[in-house]
Amino acid sequence: MQVTMTVNGVEVTREVEPRRLLVHFIREDLRLTGTHWGCDTSNCGVCVVLVDGTPVKSCTMLAASAGGHEVRTVEGLEQGGKLDPIQDAFMEKHGLQCGFCTPGMMLTSRALLDANPDPSEDEIREAISGQICRCTGYSTIVRSVRWAAEQEQKARDGESAAGSTADEGTHETADHETADHETAGATA
Amino acid sequence: MQTPAPFEYARATSIDDALRLLAEGGEDAYLLAGGHSLLPMAKLRLARPELLIDINDLTDLSYIRRDGDWLAIGALTRHAELLASGEVGELFPLAHDAERVIADPVVRNRGTIGGSLCQADPAEDLSTVCDVVGAEVVIRGRGSERTIPVTDLHAGPYETTLARGEMLTEVRWPIHARTSSAYEKVERRVGDWAVTAAGASVTLGSDGTIVDASIGLTAVGVQGTIDAARDALVGQQPSEQVFAAAAQAAAAASRPSDDTRGTAEYKRHLADELSRRVLRRAAERAASGS
Repeated sequence: MQVTMTVNGVEVTREVEPRRLLVHFIREDLRLTGTHWGCDTSNCGVCVVLVDGTPVKSCTMLAASAGGHEVRTVEGLEQGGKLDPIQDAFMEKHGLQCGFCTPGMMLTSRALLDANPDPSEDEIREAISGQICRCTGYSTIVRSVRWAAEQEQKARDGESAAGSTADEGTHETADHETADHETAGATA
Repeated sequence: MQTPAPFEYARATSIDDALRLLAEGGEDAYLLAGGHSLLPMAKLRLARPELLIDINDLTDLSYIRRDGDWLAIGALTRHAELLASGEVGELFPLAHDAERVIADPVVRNRGTIGGSLCQADPAEDLSTVCDVVGAEVVIRGRGSERTIPVTDLHAGPYETTLARGEMLTEVRWPIHARTSSAYEKVERRVGDWAVTAAGASVTLGSDGTIVDASIGLTAVGVQGTIDAARDALVGQQPSEQVFAAAAQAAAAASRPSDDTRGTAEYKRHLADELSRRVLRRAAERAASGS
């Protein structure tokens, strides 16, 4: 069967078997290997991608079911050569060791911050509780998400402060902050 | 790599379209909702669907709305939506207690209430929630619609009374005054299936007497609610002694088995202890007027 979906802002169409799982579609048919494939049983969460902005375990969704929807993978976090604040945060706060859980962790964190820009430590832990870090580096992941939240808040403050006095000089932060909206808009 | 056996795939465009596809698909046509039970089973070849009918586009099956003295919940409503609903939390706090410990937040983004009930897993938390609140389910076939108590939906482990060609479209929870509820489970690790879980609902009279109650247990061989536990509660003032008597009756009615999750003796102990806790909490919540 033919399936068409938007992946990281680009419309893709492929011929797939109906039983093709989304994780294999992304990794093998699209060659986007940033999405990892782990337990295959919807337990470990390394295969998490965003479908219409919502974190989903892509080993437990058919590629066919993603047809007509917007999928965002770790490759889609970077926008216009700029890393997403979540990516900066994982570097800055050492949110990864081996890196295997990292793509899924970052996407869930991105979705969390989009819904809740100022999450508490408990809320972050709850949000990532469906994902396993076998390096057990949870503390630094939580710190990374908090750091990203604070950076994004600073950027917003800068934006509104600058916006209230002048319309210039805010492009750097504004670009950073509107990365998501650009992705959402880039579906045509 | 775990891969399901080959199947055909169709996307339903309406409830009627889904019913038509089900009828035409025959014995091995399955509805695909959240897929978090069916796809793992298909990967393990425990399920071998010939046709999967994807109903995820049927947004008219996704709602939570007040309907007189009922809360009506569309079958495609996701766990995450139940947990996000203030109305569910206020009227049926046991549902939020349960949802917080069903799998994990990412799984809850996909799994649905209708799928959970139709999977009929004896360790499934929402089945107990529905038993305890006295839920009804609406079942549609081609040109037919019937409403039955949820206790009549479940025929046994992994078995429902749905006929071929029928689908569950709505779950209905009755709203009662001065009533509240609670749910608690013990699992081996976060997000796991229950070793044992208990749910309770308590209705208090104006003088504080228990005028109605129900207790249900998860994963210990009990279907529906436990009459003997209800009998120990109704007409009594809430107290530790009354809760203990009801909890012992519930544990006595359980039929746990030894498995990797624990011994039967341990599960019976949990049934007793968890029943006391949920009764205590349900009665406190009912008294505080939630």
